[in-house]
Amino acid sequence: MENEAGALSRVAGLFSARGYNIESLTVAPTEDPTLSRMTLVTVGSDSVVEQITKQLNKLIDVVKVIDLSDGDHIECELMLVKVSALGKNRKEIKATTDIFCGRIVDTTDTSYIIELTGTCSKLDAFLDAMGHSTILETVRTGASGIGRGGRTLEVK
Amino acid sequence: MSAEDLTGAEITIRCLQEEGVDHIFGYPGGAVLFIYDELSKQDKVKHILVRHEQAAIHAADGYARSSKKPGVALVTSGPGVTNAITGIATAYMDSIPMVIISGQVPTHAIGLDAFQEVDTVGITRPCVKHNFLVKDITELAATIKKAFYICSTGRPGPVLVDIPKDISAEKFKFSYPTSVSMRSYNPINEEHPEQLKEAIRLIMGSKRPMVYAGGGVILGNATSQLTRFVQMLDFPCTNTLMGLGGYPATDKQFVGMLGMHGTYEANMAMQNCDVLIAVGARFDDRVIGNPKHFSNKDRKIIHIDIDPSSISKRVRVDVPIIGSVSNVLDGLIKILMANKEKPKQEELKSWWAQIDQWRARDCLKYDRKSTIIKPQMVIEKLYKVTKGDAFITSDVGQHQMWAAQFYKFDKPKRWINSGGLGTMGFGLPSAMGVQIANPKNAVACVTGEASIQMCIQELSTCKQYNLPLKIINLNNRYMGMVRQWQEFFHGNRYAESYVDALPDFVKLAESYGHVGMKIENPNDIEDALKEAFKLKDKLVFMDFITDQTENVFPMIPGGKGLSEMILV
Ligand SMILES: Cc1cc2nc3c(=O)[nH]c(=O)nc-3n(C[C@H](O)[C@H](O)[C@H](O)COP(=O)(O)OP(=O)(O)OC[C@H]3O[C@@H](n4cnc5c(N)ncnc54)[C@H](O)[C@@H]3O)c2cc1C
Ligand SMILES: Cc1ncc(C[n+]2csc(CCOP(=O)(O)OP(=O)(O)O)c2C)c(N)n1
Ligand SMILES: [Mg+2]
Repeated sequence: MENEAGALSRVAGLFSARGYNIESLTVAPTEDPTLSRMTLVTVGSDSVVEQITKQLNKLIDVVKVIDLSDGDHIECELMLVKVSALGKNRKEIKATTDIFCGRIVDTTDTSYIIELTGTCSKLDAFLDAMGHSTILETVRTGASGIGRGGRTLEVK
Repeated sequence: MSAEDLTGAEITIRCLQEEGVDHIFGYPGGAVLFIYDELSKQDKVKHILVRHEQAAIHAADGYARSSKKPGVALVTSGPGVTNAITGIATAYMDSIPMVIISGQVPTHAIGLDAFQEVDTVGITRPCVKHNFLVKDITELAATIKKAFYICSTGRPGPVLVDIPKDISAEKFKFSYPTSVSMRSYNPINEEHPEQLKEAIRLIMGSKRPMVYAGGGVILGNATSQLTRFVQMLDFPCTNTLMGLGGYPATDKQFVGMLGMHGTYEANMAMQNCDVLIAVGARFDDRVIGNPKHFSNKDRKIIHIDIDPSSISKRVRVDVPIIGSVSNVLDGLIKILMANKEKPKQEELKSWWAQIDQWRARDCLKYDRKSTIIKPQMVIEKLYKVTKGDAFITSDVGQHQMWAAQFYKFDKPKRWINSGGLGTMGFGLPSAMGVQIANPKNAVACVTGEASIQMCIQELSTCKQYNLPLKIINLNNRYMGMVRQWQEFFHGNRYAESYVDALPDFVKLAESYGHVGMKIENPNDIEDALKEAFKLKDKLVFMDFITDQTENVFPMIPGGKGLSEMILV
């Protein structure tokens, strides 16, 4: 979409006005600074998703909309988790983090901050593995997505 | 193209001149003072001063609906804008092309809760096609150009341009862009040869075809194409409330309006057809009733619409054709002309026989012998006296439905009403806009005693600009449409729907310098109307005292299906 003030609120406003769900939403400028790219994750029946796509396309600031889940694509989300890390737990947390290919990016005597990227379900699985009682705080960016191979989102 | 330095206010006016705007409707205030100052220094763009900003928007709306040009309105920041919202939402729901220019507090004061500041772009966002806040004088002219382009292309709609006061004072070279290109906005107008072929295949195979045409035909100026198409095929045609006049109502193939208060024959034909051709109509809930009930019958649907999001929104369609009504119908007509084949004539004949049976039910009958004025009779006489050639605006309620049912619109853009939002107060101000766009034509506003009081202050505007409207007040002393629902669905408990303490409308009209008439006897209706329409340069307020108990029939109760009408 056009990298203009207000473009984001047009999208967010559309979702709340028409009662669509937003699971997550990420947006940032692209290699062309006049354009922003947004990845939006939503759930709904085929006809709801079809309406969402049409309604988004109708917004004047939106240049192009594609449904990434229509084809092969890569999806990735960044998460930072602060966990309580005490005693023998510290080793165990480190091991789990390694299994998920995460990184510990900050430590104190009592806590770690772990950085993890991957699909939403991988991040969910990691949180499950950590367990409720260990987790002090999480922050997630929401998914960013891109089509595989020759499938590119181009703006003429 | 000149290159002198002009103030933002001058640029704004020059843009309007370049767009060929002859009238703008507005109300001044602090944030637009520079713009008003410039307006007063020229006479190409005439300003009509209303008495409330809602009326400015409705008047610009009526101007647009009755002409081929967008309406233009000018309001100040804060309360000027909030007063305008009802009008903007009304235009948005009915897809009316309009540009609204609003003043804003100076850029350096935005966000500081400045005097008369509201977040205009935020507050109007859900009810405009698009809006802009101009933060840089260098972008002013291009933004206004875009606003006119966006509002009138594709599916039309209101576009707002918010101009901070300092921008209207700042100076910059003026040059008006000759064209617009926006990578993010390309109103579709494609060809669909495959879809057209598929549509023709369904049309040829149909046994019980039906054409259902809506506001898109009026908005897209496609009346002649629709008429040609329907008459080539000898198919029945119905119009939505917004589509009236899109197909000539006096033609034998017209089966009347459909929907909640549509005719028996239109609704039965809609429900029982096997091939439905929807043309610039959006399957509104007031039209098809309960969508589940509608889908109970097997039928194939061809849907022509310029807005992809109108297609398969409430009802799944089989052959979507995205494009302007005129282009698509031209395409279909071309194929039909080249085609030797005709739709199944035997089946079509028995379909018409069935429709004629439904027609014989005479669903719009009412007591013509009544000694109390029947509202339907007033509309019938209005039709007769104006020879079916007046512009009719309306407010919202029973009177609106009777006007739609009993005035036979043979031409487009003659029937001006708020369908999507259903805005009481629309009738009088929109009639002002209609009269200004069509100074030589008769313009009547059909209203009710409750609706008219929502913008009654505009009688003053009518006086100032000598707008000789004829106001047809169907005075039943009730919010009749509300009373009807209470009678049918709330055990006759008429909670707050009696309109008490009414003014003497005759004296009220006179106090504004107009002519007032009160009509109480059915025998006087026709003569009174004749007399009023003879007063060509006077506004006449006609207060018809009508039957309080009259209801609008047929009626499809909420949640019911098309064939489940309550009939007289
Ligand atoms: C009290 C009350 C009672 C009502 N009762 C009824 C009733 O009984 N029957 C009824 O019909 N309505 C009734 N309405 C009105 C109803 O609410 C809707 O406003 C109306 O039915 C919508 O009409 P439409 O489908 O023609 O769509 P519109 O709102 O006119 O929309 C036009 C459609 O055409 C498309 N379009 C626009 N331009 C073009 C173009 N150039 N080419 C192709 N497509 C185009 C648009 O995208 C849109 O989908 C009532 C309203 C009120 C207030
Ligand atoms: C601004 C607004 N408020 C409320 C309504 C709900 N409403 C629809 S019809 C109606 C009554 C209209 O009464 P009147 O103008 O006397 O017309 P009648 O139905 O009696 O012909 C009301 C209150 C509305 N449509 N618009
Ligand atoms: Mg009334």
